[in-house]
Amino acid sequence: MNMLRRGYITAPLLGVLWVFVIATTVAIAMSFATGSAFRPSLLGSLIWGVVIGLSCLRGAVWRPVVAGVVTVVASLIGFGPLVTGEGVSMFSALLGAVAAAGFAAYGLWLMLDEVQPGDNNRHLFEAAVIRFMTGFGYIFFTAIVIIPFYVMVLTSLKNQSELIQNPLDFSIDLSKGMELFRSYDELFTQFNFGTYLFNSFVISVLTVFITLLFAVPGAYAVARLRFRGRAAFSRSILMIYMVPMIVLALPIYIAFSMTGLRNSLGGIIMIYPVTTIPVALYMLQGYFRGLPAEIEEAGLMDGLSRLAVIWKITLPLSLPAMASVSLYVFMIAWNEFLLAFMLLDDPSKFTLTRGIASLNSSEIPRQHLMAGSVIATVPIMALFLGLERFMTKGLTAGSVKG
Amino acid sequence: MTDLAPPKGTGPLARREARLAWGLLLPTITAVALVVVLPLLAIFWISVKPVGLADLRAPEVVLREDLRGGPEQAGDEATIRYRLRNSSQDTVITDVSFTDVVPDGLIITELDPRCTLDGSALSCEMGDWQGGYRENLMIPVIVEQAFLDAGGRPQDSTALTQGSASSVLTDGTFTLDNFTRIFSGDEFWGVLGVTVFYTVFGTVGALLFGLFAALLLNKSFKGQGIMRGLYLFPYVSPVIAVAFAWILLFDPFSGSANALLLQMGVTQTSINFFGEKPLALIMVTLFEIWRYFPLSFLFILARMQSIDTDMFEAADMDGASPFQKFWYLSVPQLLGILSVLFLLRFIWTFNKFDDIFLLTGGNAGTRTLTVNVYEQAFAISNIGAGAAVAVVIFGCLLAFSLLFLRFISQEEGL
Repeated sequence: MNMLRRGYITAPLLGVLWVFVIATTVAIAMSFATGSAFRPSLLGSLIWGVVIGLSCLRGAVWRPVVAGVVTVVASLIGFGPLVTGEGVSMFSALLGAVAAAGFAAYGLWLMLDEVQPGDNNRHLFEAAVIRFMTGFGYIFFTAIVIIPFYVMVLTSLKNQSELIQNPLDFSIDLSKGMELFRSYDELFTQFNFGTYLFNSFVISVLTVFITLLFAVPGAYAVARLRFRGRAAFSRSILMIYMVPMIVLALPIYIAFSMTGLRNSLGGIIMIYPVTTIPVALYMLQGYFRGLPAEIEEAGLMDGLSRLAVIWKITLPLSLPAMASVSLYVFMIAWNEFLLAFMLLDDPSKFTLTRGIASLNSSEIPRQHLMAGSVIATVPIMALFLGLERFMTKGLTAGSVKG
Repeated sequence: MTDLAPPKGTGPLARREARLAWGLLLPTITAVALVVVLPLLAIFWISVKPVGLADLRAPEVVLREDLRGGPEQAGDEATIRYRLRNSSQDTVITDVSFTDVVPDGLIITELDPRCTLDGSALSCEMGDWQGGYRENLMIPVIVEQAFLDAGGRPQDSTALTQGSASSVLTDGTFTLDNFTRIFSGDEFWGVLGVTVFYTVFGTVGALLFGLFAALLLNKSFKGQGIMRGLYLFPYVSPVIAVAFAWILLFDPFSGSANALLLQMGVTQTSINFFGEKPLALIMVTLFEIWRYFPLSFLFILARMQSIDTDMFEAADMDGASPFQKFWYLSVPQLLGILSVLFLLRFIWTFNKFDDIFLLTGGNAGTRTLTVNVYEQAFAISNIGAGAAVAVVIFGCLLAFSLLFLRFISQEEGL
């Protein structure tokens, strides 16, 4: 362990790892942006990682700068950490080389500037390692989160032949103007997506209202009122939201088939709230418990009935919790797939998720599938980003189903 | 001096409170009982029944009626033909009968012995029908001018049919075939193995990723809110949208991931990520981790931000290094939430259906127990076997829940 803490060992090690991470990241980013061939080079990363790493140890700032510039030059003649293939334009090659060398040198300088060339104490060494892990973590998580969504959005803007020709080329030809949005236009005009959007919206909103209607009194009773079986009840709520949907879906399918409720939005609206009531009840009772009981008791003393207390005191105080529960229930209903898939067969009554599932056939081009996915994702994302504060609070306040 | 003792038993106020509580809970209890408890009982019932998908449609009397003989003027002879059959091939319908209205201007000349005529109302008792039974009932008539004038047809008045059939769902036949069927062969143990792999690695992976992400964002800097929002994206977007995005990304022929790997020289031939035996299972597990690390991240971050900073200051004074602080201070504080999250995620991953169903449809060695329910019930059309798998799932779940409840009581409030 002590060996590792010597600056001239720490620096090249972190340098090699970091330069390789940066080279890979830049290669992926440039490939996705231009569609041309970029790839990281193991040997290049090894050499230049050692060089930049050593240059970044405690000392003058000009050393990492020079190391960076040398790396750019080496990359351009084909010996850097980032290698370009055939047919890469001069501009994007230069951009890639500068980005790779720049991020590598700047990142390593931030990590290693305080590290001594000789022996370091534990703090300096661990701080450098932590800075490396932090940098790596940001890049890693951002990449894995963004890439699927990036692919989703850009695929929806392309056409079939472009996709087959070069699956990496996600550059957008802006001169096509509105033609880019052809898939969306076709979904709305030929595939009924306007109706699906409306259906999903109505079902989700109704689900939220019905859920609150049931869950608010229930949560209040569990949180505030004393009655025999309260603990058992609050546990059975937990138990119930651990029952897997597929187990319930089978008998529900049978019952709906026999009563003719299958294929009707009414049936869906009957089922959705029940799947969300336990979650909502659990989240709300957690919040109600946190409210000071004294205010409610004051209300009772002044002659309000319990129901009036709930209506006039508890509910106004718990508006933030209601917002987060509503948002969460809306999200569940909007994203629900299994029940919609099993219970709806009639294309005029599809919800969005069911509509997207129906696009998954070999006759329908993939960009339509992705455009449908974008249509389903954008509203819930917008809603969520707008109300993110409530969402995070609500999710952590009462534990939540996933 | 009289005895001063606290009141015993429940007083009127307490009783009123309890009554109100039950009143408030009643709608929820009713709804949950109807949609959760009843189906659960139904699952147990169905699992010991030989029910196929086709049995869901109750056998019924199918009746088609038309006028044969093409009468052109008054006095012509014709025949009303009733084509009757049992819609089921193997179920008996008992006490079949139908009633119909004979149109004005048709005079019945000869009546089948099973039928009676009252004015224009015709009713026939057809007795019991075996499965697959069919019959043409002919009723000869003489046509009058009134019928030709009206221009009607006998089928304009719909005949009402009756008949009772016993459904497999409700009769007294029971079988254990469903269970022997799902437990027999290696398939079940394969499915169980896949489920365990998926659940354990999916849960642990999501927890570790969540912990890592939470450590990253557990400091305030500009743009922290945006990063936090971004990292929650996989969790809030519809599963169907992200699942299809993954399928496209990893498509063997035109997927970007394959193109990237080929170009970087990692592989020489394109890889069928969701179609090869061990790889597909790893991919669906990675998808599970990717989709649910935000949830662990959120909970762990919330817990981290509530840890008292005094402790860390004291550790700094004592010269603890960053890793020591993490290992000896943060980790013990986080153990509670980590264990609760582990149990919760374990159960929910075990229950997960949509993700695998959308990504691979349970093919290429990714069939978990939940996917097997669907597979048995709908792909093989054996509802009973599907229900039997569901019962097995429920049994596992009950065991987990008992474990979970023991922990949750220690970690009250999460």
